[in-house]
Amino acid sequence: MKTRYAHGGDEHIFVEVDEEMSLEAFFKSLNLANSLQEEKINGVTEICPANASFQVKFDPGQIPPDEMLAKLKELEGSQAETKSVIDTRIIEVPVYYQDPWTQETLMKFRDRHQDPNSTDIEYAAEINGFNSVDQFIKAHSGAPWIVTMVGFVAGLPFLFQLVDRVRQIEVPKYLRPRTDTPKLTVGYGGCFTAIYSVRGAGGYQIFGITPMPIYDPKQEISYLTDFMVFFKPGDIVQFRSIGREEYESTVAAVEDGMFSPRIRNIEFSLDGFNQDIDGYNHRIQETLYGS
Amino acid sequence: MAVKVVESGLSTTVQDLGRPGYYHLGIPISGGMDRMALRAANLLVGNNEEAAVLEAVFMGPKLQFSVNSIVSVTGATMVPIVDGATMEMWTPFEVTAGQTLSFEYLKKGARIYIGISGGIDVPEVLGSRSTYALGALGGFLGRPLATDDEFNIGSASRKPGIGTHVPVELRRESNDSVELRMLPGLYWHRLTIKSQQSFLNDVWKVAPEADRIGYRFQGGNKLDFVGRKQPFGAGSDPSNIVDGCYPYGSIQVPGGTEPIVLHRDAVSGGGYFMLGTVISADMDLIGQLQPHTPVRFRSVDMETALEARQQYNSKTEELRSIFQ
Repeated sequence: MKTRYAHGGDEHIFVEVDEEMSLEAFFKSLNLANSLQEEKINGVTEICPANASFQVKFDPGQIPPDEMLAKLKELEGSQAETKSVIDTRIIEVPVYYQDPWTQETLMKFRDRHQDPNSTDIEYAAEINGFNSVDQFIKAHSGAPWIVTMVGFVAGLPFLFQLVDRVRQIEVPKYLRPRTDTPKLTVGYGGCFTAIYSVRGAGGYQIFGITPMPIYDPKQEISYLTDFMVFFKPGDIVQFRSIGREEYESTVAAVEDGMFSPRIRNIEFSLDGFNQDIDGYNHRIQETLYGS
Repeated sequence: MAVKVVESGLSTTVQDLGRPGYYHLGIPISGGMDRMALRAANLLVGNNEEAAVLEAVFMGPKLQFSVNSIVSVTGATMVPIVDGATMEMWTPFEVTAGQTLSFEYLKKGARIYIGISGGIDVPEVLGSRSTYALGALGGFLGRPLATDDEFNIGSASRKPGIGTHVPVELRRESNDSVELRMLPGLYWHRLTIKSQQSFLNDVWKVAPEADRIGYRFQGGNKLDFVGRKQPFGAGSDPSNIVDGCYPYGSIQVPGGTEPIVLHRDAVSGGGYFMLGTVISADMDLIGQLQPHTPVRFRSVDMETALEARQQYNSKTEELRSIFQ
């Protein structure tokens, strides 16, 4: 991992902690972004953490770009060790895989896909060496995930699965992006799951849909009244495969204000995780589903 | 309600100077694409420069007023009409209760700004009245205006500058061909030297897909990449990166074919490499580009970018000084 700094015009600096994705790069970039936040530097207007990088927006009238750059390098130099323990939460997200709505959408855009003769999830299962779509769904909803970035559009989380590299699912993005994706579609691109918080264009492979809203600009949904965006970097997510019946009853419960996501507070330690991945995930799941 | 929408135009939205501070959650700054014209529209009618105005693209709306108002129109060249009589742009005029404001066809540029004394009175969301339509946030119910919408206007903070004009040298004229200055960087090194040169030498044309999120360009040579094994997590196309943040004004080229410059409603991040960023001083200009306009990108250094920014800020100061 070697950090690369680059100016994005006169108002931004892009800090790439690593070219490739890893939990180590995510933790380091999140730490740097958080430390920068704590510095409260005059002229800094936005700090945006991403998967293995982050970006700073600033007013060059208040802090010139070369000074901003020096500050960032100094900050990295002063961080002897990456803090790899976070207090976070684990959230269960129900997913109706292969639902009729995302299936209908993906069929409209077969001409933009690598394999027009299969569905996105069939394609993803095959190129990742799964024998069946069911096995693929078991893997996707098996080990938990960590939110490593929020963005693209309002409140959309990027999630990275908490497994070793050989078990990571990887898929290409569409050859040309779709012009439509249903709201709350669960999609996949590169090594990331994304949940489309709003309806719109998108280039990720699409696998299913969640009945659980994650962005509400009106702030009417019971668990989004405090803030309109649900996810933040560091959140841990456990997907659970559901069928049409539960999907529909959950949608109705959300509308009636009777649904609240299953959430537990948890501490996540990168070192602890790396020492025993499956054991650690098992304990995370116990925290979520234990009494 | 003070104003009723008789015809909405193509896409008319409420905008102010924007909503900074939430880009890390994917909520972009939004606000007027031509900020200088937006400030001018406000100052002409006696508003604070950050008040909410209407931004209309390519086609003006038709608005019926039920209160006496002072109105200004700035930005693209599109002549305002009040009950059949043409009005001047870049200077305030009266619209009395019962009168209707409409527009002639667009002659030059892309976006007009309609300032109304008192400002458009929609609720502030996260500190701004700007519309972010993709996120259904802010503005008028989170969307562009539609026929039969009605909205109120606030109370004016100062006396409008009746009789004042914005001098010609402070109006951003959009020309028949345009040069956008950019600072190469970010993932510029991913391109072959030949493609770095062709990108700067080619004449690009504004594509029909050009909106508040981003402006797409086409007609130049396809860009080639320096060979490499794609990093884990990036995706297999050479234009893919591990999803990162996108600066405002950054130029991404999915698949190496059509550059997209992100603007005020930018997607905050994604998995396409960026070859550089349009300098802040030239961002307003993009908001006034029509489809098919020939554009060239000119590479500049940081010093030039900062000088241009300084000049832009001096113009803003000059504009303010007229109304003090």
